[in-house]
Amino acid sequence: MTQLQKWLAAGPLVTDGAWGTELQNRGLAAGEAPDSWNLAHPERVEEVGTAYREAGSRVILTNTFRSNPIALAGSGLEGETEAINRAGVAISRKAAAGQALVFASIGPTGKLLMTGDVTAGQVRDAFAGQAAALAEAGADALVIETMSDVEEAGLALAAARETGLPVIVSFAFDSGRKRDRTMTGATPEQAARVAEEGGADAVGANCGAGPAAFAEICRRLRAACDLPVWLKPNAGLPSVVDGKVLYSESPDEFAASAVELLGAGASFIGGCCGTSPEFIRALAKRAGACVSS
Amino acid sequence: MSDFGGLYDAILNGDQKTSVALTKQALDEGVEPLDLIHRYMIPAMDEAGKRFECEDFFVPELLLAARAMKGALELLRPRLAASGAQPAGRVVIGTVKGDLHDIGKNLVSSMLEGGGFEVTDLGADVSPERFVEAVRKTGAQIVCLSALLTVTMPSMKTTIEAFRQAGIRDQVKVLIGGAPVTEQYAREIGADGYGGNANVAVALARQIVAAS
Repeated sequence: MTQLQKWLAAGPLVTDGAWGTELQNRGLAAGEAPDSWNLAHPERVEEVGTAYREAGSRVILTNTFRSNPIALAGSGLEGETEAINRAGVAISRKAAAGQALVFASIGPTGKLLMTGDVTAGQVRDAFAGQAAALAEAGADALVIETMSDVEEAGLALAAARETGLPVIVSFAFDSGRKRDRTMTGATPEQAARVAEEGGADAVGANCGAGPAAFAEICRRLRAACDLPVWLKPNAGLPSVVDGKVLYSESPDEFAASAVELLGAGASFIGGCCGTSPEFIRALAKRAGACVSS
Repeated sequence: MSDFGGLYDAILNGDQKTSVALTKQALDEGVEPLDLIHRYMIPAMDEAGKRFECEDFFVPELLLAARAMKGALELLRPRLAASGAQPAGRVVIGTVKGDLHDIGKNLVSSMLEGGGFEVTDLGADVSPERFVEAVRKTGAQIVCLSALLTVTMPSMKTTIEAFRQAGIRDQVKVLIGGAPVTEQYAREIGADGYGGNANVAVALARQIVAAS
């Protein structure tokens, strides 16, 4: 039994929701790098983790989504890679208060390998540096998320596995008419193959669409491999009202359809864009009833 | 004279090395630049666009095709200029202030260049002032604004307001795009158009030029 399977032995786990919008509510300016707050305002980042843990998250992530040196270079912060990642894990560990696992977030570089904007070597080194810092700081597992390109995901997975921690690889299926392809055209089947062949402990989908669209993605991932499935849908579809971005689903609506994803075989369930601790509270309530019944 | 059908394939397959080499060879053999453009290059980009629409191509394939087109066009440009041919139009493009994402913007930029537009690409995290300055300097008729984040979308509105304050709003048509952007948002902030993908952006730019 793998470490991940041990954690799942008692049933599916509720993860967390969006962090960026929570940080904005605490004063993060538009365009400011959210990850820089791990050093500048660790107490406000911790508040977000605490809010999710109190809402019922049994797994919380870290504020390190953009903390690979290639992405950090966009904000001139690549020299702080190690410090930002270490601080991210320490903050979430404190927020978890022994009641939640800390899975460290690794997001894409934002550059395309296929067009030669970055080389495979640069991408591998970037993820290796980030993964090592997250592991040394004591993360329980690593979550490579919002991936589009299977090649980049494969490089991140190989780098993350070097740490010996459990690794989850999650893709954003936000393209194509049925929203079942990534931006680079990868299907759930291709994603599952990259995850399984690369030795991931779980495969998943996050962002891209609301929970309703995730049921089919979940079924296809499960049919294509034997790995546990990690899902974090958005709170429905975004629309802009009076200059503010609103997502179409309320916490209850989101929780009602997200909990059905457990029936479709998901092992981890949480939320992405548009979700907040309120959404996770509603989800945890329904998921708890679902697991114990 | 050789047959340059390979140029069509090179562009469609995103093979810039071959597209440039074949274009060089064609010019050396005395083929007319406009002949290359109309017989091979534009049809290749049209086919790439069609494949994108039917989900045979995705962003990377389209981007590579556009770059192969651009490489070939750069060789033709001096000759076209010498013969007095004008670009299809002048465009200023950038990702708005606060937003560092540039994959989508790069795609639209390359597709516009592939479509014969003269594109001034200001990069990412571009302030309204820099957009204003670039429009003044280039005399662009079209400005394309990109944003990937919901939190940076308001920078599109600020940029349009900056054009108004600078007294150049009437000189330019503003097109916006990016994952969270919608037609409704374009109307709300007073943009002139919304492109759901790079194909649509090029079609809109062509319409604007044709109508002006």
